Amino acid sequence: MTLNTRITDRLATGVLWLLAAAVVVLLLTIIAHLLLAAAGTLNLSFVFGDPSDTSLGGVGPILWNSFYMLVLTMLITVPLGLLAGIYMAEYAGVGRLTNAIRFAQETIGAVPSIVVGLFGLILFVDAFHLGFSALAGSLALTIFNLPLMARLAEQAIRAVPDDERSGSLALGSTKWQTIRHVVLPLAIPGLVTGIIVTSGRIFGEAAALLFTAGLGTPDHYDFTNLNVLDPRSPWSPLRPATTLAVYIWKTNSEGLGQFVTQIADGASAILVIAVLIFNLGARLLGRLLTRRLTAA
Amino acid sequence: MSVQDRPATLPRVTLPNTFTARPRAAPAIAGPKMQLSGVSVQYGTFRAVRDINLTVLPQAVTAFIGPSGCGKSTILRCLNRMNDLVPGARVTGTVTLDDTDIYGRDVDPVDVRRHVGLIFQRPNPFPMTIYDNVAYGPRRRGMKGGPTLDALVERSLKQAALWQEVQHDFRRKSGLALSGGQQQRLCIARALATEPEVLLMDEPASALDPIATLRIEELIAELRRTYTIVIVTHNMQQASRVSERTAFFTMGEDRAGYLVEVGETSQIFTNPNERLTEDYISGRFG
Repeated sequence: MTLNTRITDRLATGVLWLLAAAVVVLLLTIIAHLLLAAAGTLNLSFVFGDPSDTSLGGVGPILWNSFYMLVLTMLITVPLGLLAGIYMAEYAGVGRLTNAIRFAQETIGAVPSIVVGLFGLILFVDAFHLGFSALAGSLALTIFNLPLMARLAEQAIRAVPDDERSGSLALGSTKWQTIRHVVLPLAIPGLVTGIIVTSGRIFGEAAALLFTAGLGTPDHYDFTNLNVLDPRSPWSPLRPATTLAVYIWKTNSEGLGQFVTQIADGASAILVIAVLIFNLGARLLGRLLTRRLTAA
Repeated sequence: MSVQDRPATLPRVTLPNTFTARPRAAPAIAGPKMQLSGVSVQYGTFRAVRDINLTVLPQAVTAFIGPSGCGKSTILRCLNRMNDLVPGARVTGTVTLDDTDIYGRDVDPVDVRRHVGLIFQRPNPFPMTIYDNVAYGPRRRGMKGGPTLDALVERSLKQAALWQEVQHDFRRKSGLALSGGQQQRLCIARALATEPEVLLMDEPASALDPIATLRIEELIAELRRTYTIVIVTHNMQQASRVSERTAFFTMGEDRAGYLVEVGETSQIFTNPNERLTEDYISGRFG
């Protein structure tokens, strides 16, 4: 190696290292900032307590809504996205239909979420008569999450080496058996990444939910009310459901109480912590699943 | 590249007598196990292989030799319809297994592959336990776990000469944790567990060290009593050691592979009918 190429090599390594470090520092700074700002507010009664307009209330019902919406949306997104990913990776040929699907996937991903929200308002809230509800919100979230999940699932499945597929097919397995028993287990890490990325968007999305999931959340949830058709039950998909991200937006933009800043800071910290816990949990689960299915 | 340039994967001196002393003659009275008649393979507009007529005798080892690009592997993959998986590939002519045309209209390629197994060049065990690897084929055919499956797994591992090394931890240990040679024997065990009649091997030892190669060759010598084996090899010493019959392929002016001649291995290597074969065997081309 000449001196010049050696210097270039060092330089490139240094720059890349710095960039990577910058990302980590940025993340840590944001988390530290949020935690410091919320330091005086965060306690168990804030996390699980009921909100209040006049005092420093909690975010319990809203945190519940965030997780509820997450689960509800993933119940729709993951199976559909996985099937779509399998189709695109293993069955779709080259042609107009495939091109059209890809074009649609990319376009929907680029639509601003407020537009998706308005579309959800027209279609799910009004036309489907769902009203402002968790279900309408979840369907709106599915609109831009499904193409993303499908794309990430497709990539995860494509990344499985062909050697594994041929090995299975040569043993007289059908294509579906091969996908089910060899390809999917090997694609789990990639699928988990897809689930994490799409969940992050559910947690963080506000604009698409304003006009679909609505802003009305009762001050108190009665968790013993298991009637899923009762709009007051926290288990009902047909009730309005303010999520944390929407709540932060709402408190910041129109909150009038004395403790508005503390509530917004506290809610933001909880949102970030919840996302972190979910991501780490999903990775752990993915690793356990992989170990179970592959004896790796 | 000539034969002399190519490092022999196995020095002749280390060979056990079993290989050289074994009678070479193919079974005297036996119909063909598989038969290719006028087989051509087309990839899109490119003709990869043309007009192959070849008989594969039962319970014998047939070696496919020839220079790179002559279509040996392509022809091998015609024998269990693995070419079906290549987009744009088209096979014409007929290939029979026990007088059944495996390209016939009502034949499911999945069934063909249960009768005709394939061992790949690079060992490709699944990322599962050794047990699950071997049980993979039987399970896909609907066999449930239990003593029958356990016995089948054990028998297959024994047949593939892997049992002794893995008997204590084959239920826990991942197939990927084995050495390259062991992985290849695991792949053979995995193929045997589906109870095929024919085993195709596509340069099964070319990614292995000399000791592991020797074990694979010993294994082939053992398996030929029960199975019909077709092996593609780049290594002519290997072909002469393990096979009863040898088919020599080469590439024509049109870049399509074709069969030059086929015969008993001893005759092909000592007294070939065709000049091309002699040139290749003696290292004058290829």
